[in-house]
Amino acid sequence: MDIKREDILHLAELSEFTLSDAEIDDLGEDLKGIIKYISQLDELNTDQVEPTYQVFEMDNVWREDKILPQEAEREMLLELSKEDQDHQIKVPKVL
Amino acid sequence: MKIANKKVTAERLVKDALAKAKHFADYNIFTFLNEEGAIKKAREIDAKIAKGEKVGKLAGVPYALKDNFLSPEGETTASAHILQGFTSPVTATAVAKLEAEGAIMIGRTNLDAFAHGSSTENSYFGPTLNAFDRERVAGGSSGGSAVAVALDIVEFATGTDTGGSIRQPASFNGVYGLKPTYGCISRYGVVAMASSTDCIGFFTKTPDDMDLLMSIASGQDSKDMTTLPDYYNTELERSHLGHAQGRSPKLTVLDETSSSSISNNHKASGCRVGIIKDFDNDSVDAEIRQALKEKCELLKSKGHEIVELEMPSLKYALSAYYIIVPAEVASNLSRYDGIRYGFRSDDSAVLDDLYDHTRSEGFMPENKRRIMIGNFVLSSGFYDAYFLKAAKARTLIIKEYEKAFSKVDFILTPVAPNPAFKLGEKVNDPVAMYLEDVMSVSLNLAGVPGLTVPAGKTKTGLPLGLQLVGPRRSDKNLIEFAKELK
Repeated sequence: MDIKREDILHLAELSEFTLSDAEIDDLGEDLKGIIKYISQLDELNTDQVEPTYQVFEMDNVWREDKILPQEAEREMLLELSKEDQDHQIKVPKVL
Repeated sequence: MKIANKKVTAERLVKDALAKAKHFADYNIFTFLNEEGAIKKAREIDAKIAKGEKVGKLAGVPYALKDNFLSPEGETTASAHILQGFTSPVTATAVAKLEAEGAIMIGRTNLDAFAHGSSTENSYFGPTLNAFDRERVAGGSSGGSAVAVALDIVEFATGTDTGGSIRQPASFNGVYGLKPTYGCISRYGVVAMASSTDCIGFFTKTPDDMDLLMSIASGQDSKDMTTLPDYYNTELERSHLGHAQGRSPKLTVLDETSSSSISNNHKASGCRVGIIKDFDNDSVDAEIRQALKEKCELLKSKGHEIVELEMPSLKYALSAYYIIVPAEVASNLSRYDGIRYGFRSDDSAVLDDLYDHTRSEGFMPENKRRIMIGNFVLSSGFYDAYFLKAAKARTLIIKEYEKAFSKVDFILTPVAPNPAFKLGEKVNDPVAMYLEDVMSVSLNLAGVPGLTVPAGKTKTGLPLGLQLVGPRRSDKNLIEFAKELK
């Protein structure tokens, strides 16, 4: 299938990337090649086949609704961010 | 492996390993050397030994940690710019288990950023060199770990395998590398790539070392709901090759159809080993095909039977893999936004720009390709044709393995189509790089275990490896049977 410049820009937006013109060209070429390869699946007959998303069935795991001690305390986590103030992570303005 | 005792101190073992790591510095194996921490821990173990206190099964054993396992020792970067500066406050379950037995991490090893790659060239820190030829790749993504063991710097190293990232570098560097059954070892505290195929495993120099590590690391973890109840140390402990007992038929879907000679009254000398006809063609290096033939002759001489298998769906495994895995990658890597940890781009006036700039500057080109492919196959209009189709192909691949393991105990295949290739040869051609994984990814899609077993060298001295595959939960049998291939 044909991948146009606007398709790459749309995928970049979904992926939260700002791409340079050179990247748009390069990724466009790469993605075309990859999509051509994975499209081989079209040959495979999957009528009446159920999809698999997990190889083992998973059961939900329940526990009592009690606060348990955590390895990482609030202050340790805040320290990981680049900027914090008043026990909150600081970021640029939203708008 | 050498374990600290009254004669050999842990401090000696650790200092020797650190000295070797420095000696081989130009191979670019380590992203961090844990000098201070490792020596401190070694001295604590030596003090215990001196006092006659009990020490663990891995007391003083130096090991290398793939840099996508979280622990407070050194930054965990996954060899990606976007995680630089991140020192984890938590410890991965697998790391905690190894360290509880006295193993000592001497360094963190290089990988393709976020484990996206098959050569360790996609690392922010540059490529790791092959242990046998410095002009060639280490394989990947766990290239640093494989080379650390191959150059005898450490006794063992950890790895992760989402589509071949343990088995292929093990093969390129002549060591054992196990991708266990999906869910055998907890993924808690390991940087997620594709959650439905990610597996934790090891590189070792011998099958016995692999067995010891598996017995320590496997088991259910409340922090990873996909972990299986411990089968490695329970049900299968009874099951030695050549004995009648073994896997309970209730254990797994795959085992229900198995008429395994291990579980059914056959002798070890009577195992049935499948080889896949479709893999015996010109796209596979002649010396690898020759090595496979020689190992088949060896097995026959030991009384095992070689059975030819047709597994036509495996041809589609790579396409299915490069749909399912990027989809999970796109989802898992959406968390890296520069807000809570790691790298944050400086020049953003508003929040949305901060996300975009951080991700654009922080990811490697291969990370971007996979995230964009993932968002493509998941996006409206393409979901059914790609993602759903691949999930159905996955079912067919699982069924094909079930059928195969109703006829044979193990399958023996090449790990990759070729021995280690030249640095730079494939790095600019994503599809050529993906084809490295053509024989390894189907195991991850099916959840079955695979063990790379060294199989000699090429005429030019490059290691060759073969992949021994078994049904789900047969990890211990795989390790045991690997000894038959010596």
